[in-house]
Amino acid sequence: MCHPAWRQALIAEQRLLDFARLRRVRDRIDREYARPLDVEALARDAGMPPGQLARRFLDAYGQSPYAFVTERRIEHAMALLRHGDHGPAELGRAVGCPSTAVFVARFTESAGMPPAEYRRRAAAEASGLPWWPLPPRRRSAPSRIGEAPASTAGLA
Amino acid sequence: MDLTLRTSSLPHDDPDAALAFYRDVLGFEVRGDVGRGRTRWITVGPAGRPDTALLLAPVAADPALTDAERDTVLGMMAKGTYGRVVLATPDLDTVFDRVQAADAEVVQEPVRQPHGVRDCAFRDPAGNLVRVRELRADAG
Repeated sequence: MCHPAWRQALIAEQRLLDFARLRRVRDRIDREYARPLDVEALARDAGMPPGQLARRFLDAYGQSPYAFVTERRIEHAMALLRHGDHGPAELGRAVGCPSTAVFVARFTESAGMPPAEYRRRAAAEASGLPWWPLPPRRRSAPSRIGEAPASTAGLA
Repeated sequence: MDLTLRTSSLPHDDPDAALAFYRDVLGFEVRGDVGRGRTRWITVGPAGRPDTALLLAPVAADPALTDAERDTVLGMMAKGTYGRVVLATPDLDTVFDRVQAADAEVVQEPVRQPHGVRDCAFRDPAGNLVRVRELRADAG
């Protein structure tokens, strides 16, 4: 028979171990942002089914793995544009978005303006600003009931 | 005003692991180590630079935290969204090789960022993000 306090401690411990596993998944996505996102491979390495990984990731970080990698790609694209001129196709390829149309759409969604406009403004404001933060993310609070992640397929 | 940054603090959840990482892997000297068990406050810093230090503090032991707050902080640490620090070195590759040889979790291999800084990033044993940027003779 398991003592309730002991059981609770085990659950808390397991929660932290699960979080640490998700952290490694997230860091790997971050490290490999320019490669195609392979949730199956990530899930295999994390030792859980892909659906469960996507659900837990969303639960822990408030965004799906797809949304996370998209955000990282757009951030990298913004950084590139702040320090040089790049065409949308080149930019998309550099950050791991093979489809220029999808890349420009996602960029415009995140930045509130297309890449060329972002570049124009960044160049105009380049007087001493080391970086521009992303605008506040439009997203709802993390799901607590494990609903399916919003579809952001297309980028990965 | 003449202000300098003297001590900043990062949480740990395992003092021995924290010590092994900051002392044995990063090569910091230990300036203080008080408390016992898992509840230890460890001060480390770069050798030869007594004016700057990093306090490794036991977050889970802070009596001012409610249980819910403690759970939240421990959860964020495990998720990797809580503590972070930026270090600097003239020899980024040596630091990175040591970190990698110690099997630390690498977040970013050494790379030149678009803004010109070359840096890398990894996790300390508590999940804090440690970013190291390369100092160049011609720039800060």
